[in-house]
Amino acid sequence: MLAQLTSGERQLSIVVLILMAMVGLAMAAAGRGDPIGVHGFIVVVASVAMIFVMLSGLYAPEPSAERLDHYYDDPSKVGVILTMIWAMVGMFFGVWVASLLAWPDLTFDAAWASFGRLRPVHTSGVIFGFGGNALIATSFHVLQRTSRARLPDQFSPWFVLLGYNLFCVLAATGYFMGVTQSKEYAEPEWYADIWLVIVWVVYFAIYIRTLARRKEPHIYVANWYYMAFILVVAILHIVNNLAVPVSFGHAKSYSAFSGVQDAMTQWWYGHNAVAFFLTSGFLGMMYYYLPKRAGRPIYSYRLSIISFWGITFMYMWAGSHHLHYTALPEWVQTLGMTFSLVLLVPSWASAGNALATLNGAWHKVRDDATLRFMMAAAVFYGLTTFEGSFMAIRPVNALSHYTDWTVGHVHAGALGWVALITFGSIYCLVPALWKRERMYSAKLIEVHFWLAISGTVIYVFAMWNSGILQGLMWRTYNENGTLTYSFIESMVAMHPYYIARAFGGLLFLLGAITGSYNILMTIRGHSQAALQPSDDAPQRNLAPVAQPAE
Amino acid sequence: MSWEHETVVAFSKSWGLFYLIAMAVGVLVYTFWPSNKKRFERAKDSILDGDDKPWK
Repeated sequence: MLAQLTSGERQLSIVVLILMAMVGLAMAAAGRGDPIGVHGFIVVVASVAMIFVMLSGLYAPEPSAERLDHYYDDPSKVGVILTMIWAMVGMFFGVWVASLLAWPDLTFDAAWASFGRLRPVHTSGVIFGFGGNALIATSFHVLQRTSRARLPDQFSPWFVLLGYNLFCVLAATGYFMGVTQSKEYAEPEWYADIWLVIVWVVYFAIYIRTLARRKEPHIYVANWYYMAFILVVAILHIVNNLAVPVSFGHAKSYSAFSGVQDAMTQWWYGHNAVAFFLTSGFLGMMYYYLPKRAGRPIYSYRLSIISFWGITFMYMWAGSHHLHYTALPEWVQTLGMTFSLVLLVPSWASAGNALATLNGAWHKVRDDATLRFMMAAAVFYGLTTFEGSFMAIRPVNALSHYTDWTVGHVHAGALGWVALITFGSIYCLVPALWKRERMYSAKLIEVHFWLAISGTVIYVFAMWNSGILQGLMWRTYNENGTLTYSFIESMVAMHPYYIARAFGGLLFLLGAITGSYNILMTIRGHSQAALQPSDDAPQRNLAPVAQPAE
Repeated sequence: MSWEHETVVAFSKSWGLFYLIAMAVGVLVYTFWPSNKKRFERAKDSILDGDDKPWK
């Protein structure tokens, strides 16, 4: 892979890595006795290791100009592998924290293994590690195909991919040491946040530079979704993480916001992280890989444009539904609730567009588990957005808030929508990237599909039951006007559901491991003969069926 | 004009409505503009060809 870089790019990499190592060294020196010092060492070790990798190929011959006749897919390949590694890590910690709620002794009396530290390792691991790497890997692939242009250079995609993973490692290791800003989904401290901004600006620049060189006149809608994801996440991340560190040698910082403004900024960030990280980016994935895999154009291109702007305009206002019945002014709560309800329109437009695309190709959905992953994802997307709009209604929220119903809702979206569309896209992408005719085993994709579906369904049903039961127990009064149940009684009532939830999560993890094995075997070439490089089509073992007239 | 809380709230409550409607109308006009139809039709079909090389 190094041989693909020009000598100028190799030198630039080494210069950047030396700078990074120096910053890491400064962090390690200034942060003696503080977690930031440990992070400094991690930065030094990662940078120096990469310098050695670069030096090993520094004097390799220049790459031939012939490479410019192909798309640049090496970063996507590594990105797919990192996606699957983070999937297994993040979901493993998910099963652990789920088990911890059922069997609290599993914390082993160790501070690093307490629920409060493991839980962000799980959430950041799956959202940023698994989801983020999947978005980066697929966005580079989709961007080039839809622009008919190669990535502008061979250094910046690696900077984005590896720099982003460095951020994920700093985040996860920080949580184990107790480093947190106490902002949900924005836990990493100020230095990690600054690093992510640098990486993210380069990511956006890759997008703009490739689009500027595009040969296809129209920018395909998938790119709009990916760009909205990159741009808005940058804005959210910068504003919500405005903070003043105690000193340059301290991990701890204090937020620029306080009180209800802090809460509003955090949930403006938090809900739009759901909207633009977990929805917009993955819709970009869906709008490319689903038509591609089905071999049919998207049902309505116009509808996809309207859904795009609908989501982009309206999600921005929905965050305050996380703060019903709080000190937030009531009109802001009502505003958030109203926009959450209106959001159902563009959300269902996308879900309906995906399913209408498959209408007439249901035999493909039946025969091809990869396409079925994407179909199930669209169904879960429709269900979850409906549930979300419903839960944003203030009186409904009175029952659901602070209960496991919210946890169930999030996982219907994260497992059912985000993970399923990602696995479907990856099964579509892997044979194309490694020039294999098909995945190593179609059977294992089936196994993965059913493990994922049953895991999700068990998880979501357990949480619906426990959440509504919890909500009802917390608001049941006796004839004296006092609460009928103590909090601990509601905890005891949750126990069976927590066991069921951990089991559902375990099934989902087993599915991800199955998928990783299948991808590994496909990469190692335990399959049919290699394809011609120009052939980027989905697998062709399906019976050809005449397309109905449209 | 002073930037008191009440002023900002009044501004967002009234003009917020209008600029959101204006943006929505703009999107609908773009989407249904007749001459854009051909471009959209081409865009949705063009991802399906098997061509996997950058164009010159």
